[in-house]
Amino acid sequence: MTAFSSFPDAHDKAQQANVRRAASPPPHTLAPASVGASFKPEHLQAILADDVPVDFLEIHAENYMGAGGPPHHALARVAERAAISLHGVCMSLGGPQPLSKDHLQRFRALVDRYRPALVSEHLAWSTHDAAFMNDLLPLPYNAATLSHVCDHIDEMQEAIGQPILLENPSTYVAFSTSTMSEIDFIAAIARRTGCGLLLDVNNVFVSATNHGYSPLQYLADFPLHRVGEIHLAGHALQEDDEGETLLIDSHDGPVADDVWALYAEVVAMAGPVPTLVEWDSKIPDWPVLKAEAFAARAILRTAEAGGAHHDAAA
Amino acid sequence: MTPQPDMPADIPLNTRFAAALLDPRQTRPVEVTAHSGKRAEKRFDVYRNNVTFSLMRALADIFPAVKRIVGDRAFDEVARAYVRANPPQVPMLFEYGREFAGFLAAFEPLQRLVYLPDVARLERLWLDAWHAADAAPLSPQALGAIAPERIGEARFRPHPAAGLLDSRFAAFTIFSENRADGPVGHVETRKSETVLVSRPGLEVQVINLPEGGHAFHATLFAGATLAEAAGAGRTASDRFDINRNIGMLIQSGAYSAAVLEGEHDND
Amino acid sequence: MNTKTAFSTAVLAGAVATALAGLQLTTADQAFAAQEKCYGVSKAGQNDCAAGPGTSCQGTSTVDYQGNAWKYVEAGTCATMELEGGRKGSLTELSRDLPA
Repeated sequence: MTAFSSFPDAHDKAQQANVRRAASPPPHTLAPASVGASFKPEHLQAILADDVPVDFLEIHAENYMGAGGPPHHALARVAERAAISLHGVCMSLGGPQPLSKDHLQRFRALVDRYRPALVSEHLAWSTHDAAFMNDLLPLPYNAATLSHVCDHIDEMQEAIGQPILLENPSTYVAFSTSTMSEIDFIAAIARRTGCGLLLDVNNVFVSATNHGYSPLQYLADFPLHRVGEIHLAGHALQEDDEGETLLIDSHDGPVADDVWALYAEVVAMAGPVPTLVEWDSKIPDWPVLKAEAFAARAILRTAEAGGAHHDAAA
Repeated sequence: MTPQPDMPADIPLNTRFAAALLDPRQTRPVEVTAHSGKRAEKRFDVYRNNVTFSLMRALADIFPAVKRIVGDRAFDEVARAYVRANPPQVPMLFEYGREFAGFLAAFEPLQRLVYLPDVARLERLWLDAWHAADAAPLSPQALGAIAPERIGEARFRPHPAAGLLDSRFAAFTIFSENRADGPVGHVETRKSETVLVSRPGLEVQVINLPEGGHAFHATLFAGATLAEAAGAGRTASDRFDINRNIGMLIQSGAYSAAVLEGEHDND
Repeated sequence: MNTKTAFSTAVLAGAVATALAGLQLTTADQAFAAQEKCYGVSKAGQNDCAAGPGTSCQGTSTVDYQGNAWKYVEAGTCATMELEGGRKGSLTELSRDLPA
């Protein structure tokens, strides 16, 4: 069973999906204070040679949707050393058009093959008509979009036979057609679909800066009891039209001090939650990435020692 | 450049958003705003840049030899034009660029580089081989088990990673020189080369075929017998060397099984 | 396929036997194991969830490529590959043949 079957108000569909899966071998489970890092193929040998690797490694599902070859060989090897988190970046849950049946099938095949400890996707869209735009595009938050997103998450959870974690986005624009806050929108999705949440603390900081609200207030309002994974990553500084700071979710450097501080607040509020450091561009040597993950571990252990409890990660 | 009229507001938001991402002459959807009355031009441009730049970078990673041949600036221009004309149709970026060779052939500023489309085709075959299904290559033991008097009847199943390119240009040499680290010197680009791509294990192999090799392997790929393929090789070239070509058939790892009519696979 | 039987079975069998005799016999498993330490890494076609270069001009450029791309071609290796014989890929030839 996954960590999310213990949600007190988990949606029936998600629970049925778990029951249907009961005959399969269980996926790895992660302790609440687990830490992980993005898996980059250039780190394969370093990870295999590392006596103390991270607890889990996260892959972008789409990179392993080929039939075979070195990508699957590498993933099979690292899966012997660490639990796997399967992170979809292209399902386009946030768009109005139906999900691709082919893509759902490919995703399901990866879940079956690698039995990931965590499965996640984004609150975003990326495909429209036939074109895939390779970015996590924003959506207005209103009743119509809420309905689409919930239908899509139901469909994905049905297709893969288990609940997913939905990640809060980094955004750069707002919409005049939004009628709900991001938090109300995400909380409603979680209630209606039974999905868990992936709280990306860097995204919280980026979006809060870009939209002029308090990241601490956002976190205070966030349904932390549903969070099954936390993401951390680096961001870049740019300027908006008024010459004021616009943060870009660039994943190309170390986690910023402000984001570490915010993360410590989250852990103090929610207790330890499996935490992963993402690094996608200007990728450093493995020890640098691992050190970021171990910095998260130190914060998680402080919370553990302090007796904070997290009731979402069973 | 002609300014494009804005799309009517009754067209769905995502359609207008997507159109403006790929065409900077389109204005962003009217619903796109920023807080506190701020402007949203640069903010929307972040998405335009993410989409365009990430897809251009994907092409640069898939076609590094083409990029090196034309240089960074020219590659940026042709890649940007390609991204806007041919955005990906599936979410896996390793599938991207299947029409890039044809696009290069029709891209007027680079048409003088007549060999460029074949280099792009070879780079695309390389990535297909990288992601192809795993399969054990035809083993020498399996081939040796076929009775010598029936060897001419044998048919060979192509390995899932196998690919073949017949070029009027020196596609193999240009590809190899431009994918290696060292400097690229003079290459006689008009010399015809045919190339076999395979991946019997974890390494992609790119093999320059001897005379008649394309006809030989293309005939085998089409399901014909070894005798027919050898005949096709000789028909294609008087200098077809049967020993070299059969040696390459086995060593290339481009086949996964040898089959005799009425018998089980030998693989 | 209409080919004369160009090679006798004896020649084909002989070629196969010669090729097999020259091979070092390795199993597929051995081949995989030998390659594991050294096979390359390909970045090609990787999906990620990082944002690109922010407000750089890649996405907003409307530069008309006609008469532009060829100006940069001299920076690539095409300028050196065909210095002798045949049509050249060099700037000189391009600027003569293409409208600026």
